[in-house]
Amino acid sequence: MSFIENLPFLSVVVFLFAAVVCSVLKPRAARAFTAAVEALVVVFSALTLFYTYTVGEPFRYNMGHFDAPWSNQLRAGVLDALAALAFSSVLLLSHIGGIRYAKIDIEQKKQNSYCTLLNLIGAALMALSYTNDLFTGYVFLEILTLSSCGILVIRRQGRTTLAAARYMVINLLGSGLFLLGVTLFYGTTGHLLMEYIKVGVENLDATGEYSIPLTVTIGLVSAGLAIKSGLFPFHTWMPDTYGTATPTSSAILSGIVSKGYIFLLIKIMYRVVGTGTAAMTAACHILYVFGMIGIVMGSFWAIKSKYLNRMIAYSSAAQIGYIFVGIGLGGDAGFRAAIFQVLAHAFTKPLLFIAGARLSEASGDSQAFSALQGSAHRSRAAGAAFAIGAMSMVGIPTLAGFSTKLYFAIAAVEHGTLVDLATLAVLAVSTLLNALYFIRTVIRIYTPSPAPEPLPTFEPSPDKHDPGLAAAVGFAAGILFLGIFPGTVSSLILTGLSMFG
Amino acid sequence: MTINPTKPTGAVKTMKIRDNIKKWLAYDYDLDAAPVMPDPVEPDVEAPDISFWRSLRRRGAHRALYYVAAVICSIILASTLILTVSGMPRYGEDAEFMDTVTYEYLAHGMEYTGAVNIVSGIILEYRAFDTLGESFVLFCAVTCVLVLLRIDDGKDDVSLPCHDLTGDVILSRTMRALIPFIFIFGIYVLLNGHLSPGGGFSGGAVLGAGIILLSSAYGEKTSGKFVTERTFRIVTTSALLFYCVGKSYTFYTGANGLHSFIGNGTPGNILSAGLILPLNVAVGLVVACTMYGIYRMFKERRF
Amino acid sequence: MGNLIYNYEEAVALILFSVGFVTLLFHRNMIRKLIGMNIMDSGIYLFLASMGYIYDRRAPIVEGGDTNPVNYINPVPASLVLTGIVVSVSVTAVMLSLAVRLYERYHTLNLDEIYAMSRRRSEHR
Repeated sequence: MSFIENLPFLSVVVFLFAAVVCSVLKPRAARAFTAAVEALVVVFSALTLFYTYTVGEPFRYNMGHFDAPWSNQLRAGVLDALAALAFSSVLLLSHIGGIRYAKIDIEQKKQNSYCTLLNLIGAALMALSYTNDLFTGYVFLEILTLSSCGILVIRRQGRTTLAAARYMVINLLGSGLFLLGVTLFYGTTGHLLMEYIKVGVENLDATGEYSIPLTVTIGLVSAGLAIKSGLFPFHTWMPDTYGTATPTSSAILSGIVSKGYIFLLIKIMYRVVGTGTAAMTAACHILYVFGMIGIVMGSFWAIKSKYLNRMIAYSSAAQIGYIFVGIGLGGDAGFRAAIFQVLAHAFTKPLLFIAGARLSEASGDSQAFSALQGSAHRSRAAGAAFAIGAMSMVGIPTLAGFSTKLYFAIAAVEHGTLVDLATLAVLAVSTLLNALYFIRTVIRIYTPSPAPEPLPTFEPSPDKHDPGLAAAVGFAAGILFLGIFPGTVSSLILTGLSMFG
Repeated sequence: MTINPTKPTGAVKTMKIRDNIKKWLAYDYDLDAAPVMPDPVEPDVEAPDISFWRSLRRRGAHRALYYVAAVICSIILASTLILTVSGMPRYGEDAEFMDTVTYEYLAHGMEYTGAVNIVSGIILEYRAFDTLGESFVLFCAVTCVLVLLRIDDGKDDVSLPCHDLTGDVILSRTMRALIPFIFIFGIYVLLNGHLSPGGGFSGGAVLGAGIILLSSAYGEKTSGKFVTERTFRIVTTSALLFYCVGKSYTFYTGANGLHSFIGNGTPGNILSAGLILPLNVAVGLVVACTMYGIYRMFKERRF
Repeated sequence: MGNLIYNYEEAVALILFSVGFVTLLFHRNMIRKLIGMNIMDSGIYLFLASMGYIYDRRAPIVEGGDTNPVNYINPVPASLVLTGIVVSVSVTAVMLSLAVRLYERYHTLNLDEIYAMSRRRSEHR
């Protein structure tokens, strides 16, 4: 057994270890240590991705001295490693990109708690990427929920507490449904490991036994995870949550936390239920409809909002809608589009939040569009970064958003006729709406300010050690990579999906 | 030929529309309404559902709507779930498909893990990764509670008044009699996790409740002899680190097919079952400290 | 209706689940939401426990070296419940401290009123 096969397990444990250590470190040391651990896990994930891709088949890792159906297990294929790589690099970049604001927003004595929570989020995301056991999935799902509540509420301004309360309520509803679903899976198949449940589900599907419980189970699990990730009727917590948290937290919450839930859902669809099951198809159709509504309504509210961070937050609701449309279209093409969107959005949204924070700092800490006018001239790097992110959201070629929309169009065309038409129409409308509000914002921030000296002057780079620029460059590189080499990523995703089977 | 001034021609209409679009793109309507740098005090208008709720609330109708929605929702949910239950395997009968996993645990669990209590064996050996995650859920919760409630600088929102029972005669006399038994029972449950019902979480909960009772009866000075912030930090951190390292060793050796130096001993002895006993003690300490820490946060907002 | 007459215990557990779910979703008071969440979780644990029970068998603690599996009930649900309970205790602690913070800031626990108050103070920036 190659040593690399230990890396998935080590990624989780290193984060857990760092979480405990950070709770007793001094703030400065805790920040540095957390960043180092995040970088280490990026390396681990990249190595795992390379290894699984070259070997060509997934490997399993027993957690303990006992064999498969009796013990917990991790499993790493190309897609799991790709997700882990994306999650860990976005975590690292968001962390260092928002350090400047975290220092201001968070009390000195709670800085190390913040690092602890970031490490716990990392551990939970790694565990969700690699786990092969549904109940382990539930436990780490709860860690993810609790620690994201923590990083949201650690900033004591505005309505963070209220936002956290709403966030927790919605998430607890989702967790309850998911836990009941896992329980029912155990009750009808007698297993908790994904492959064994799948065998059981296939048997039940063939014999027609327990058909109602099975359908309800699939519905519960899909509904629970969709609620947790913020699908349309349950997106109302988004603007408050993303709009009031400290930029690092907004970036992490919108970029990767909701994606963790979605990745688990995709995994369950492929590895636990099998996409061919009738109940799964029905669940996908329902998710598709809500995704479509979410795209349009999210863009609509984004256009109506008057504050930058709330606009970005509402646009998240629309982007989550895209992912669920991809899942609903089904087939390898649909899931490829959905996963590509997961990756593209994971890199784009944090960039927008961090650049937006810098722009609003350059405009007297106001998020109102009227105050942001001309801010790109006051902070050139942030303006450029925001423009790149916005262009990617709109879908300008060579950027990630364009490839995503291309794959969605391909998936839609492969599908039946009516669905095909509807998807393409919604895609067109939403691109138009995206263009409306993002390009308008870009024009806004590049229009020179009407007043001669509108604000107490802002020094372009007050802090020499601020690594925000490096983070922005990292995000932009990710976006460009996804936009210029979509074929590479697409072949990785397709290999990964075939390994799921 | 005259142009009717009240009825604009096509060209004028187009110009107006173009003007409006221009204005909209440049947010002119926003700038016109306010001075150069408007201080946005006006409530923003968005998320139509919220204004819908507001209009309902003005009429007092939202309460009725909640009730109706709640009743409908619960009826639908409950009937679906009852339908599910009626399709499940019968209650109290041995379902065959569960036996692959279960019988292995029951038949070989004691031999392989050394724990007489099969449930302890499952949560700390077979499914130990879940339990590791579970301890970290607790750790995460206590971190969140500290973040939410802890006051350090004293200039925060006024904290709520709290009913204080320190020095209450009935409580303190009763506690004097009960405390030794509570602690002995807690330690017994903690140490016998692998032999009888119990284990780290339940024993730790009993111990934590004992410390909380002590603290509420005799004040912080007495309980401070057991747990200060320093001991809280040291105990939690070292217990969790020990848990992390010990379990990682088992996972690592197990997955790589290496021989672990930890033996199982004779099942039934107090010193047996490999790592289960020390892990139970570690978990128990974490749980007791966490419970007391959360209690202190709620009561005093500081250590 | 299949096995409903035999599975009354599981049915009760799932009715509890739906009561808790609806309370969590529709009640406006933070503390009642919390109680709803606890009822919901208890429903799931009761469901798990009743799923593992088998008539005329003992609790899974080996007595006198008797390792014949047909003498013991299913131990897996018990271990899942044990894990789940700790999770819901943690979530309860966090929700309660959120409620304390909300009450300190807005002097009410009704989420609708809190929301209105927060809008009036225009805190959403």
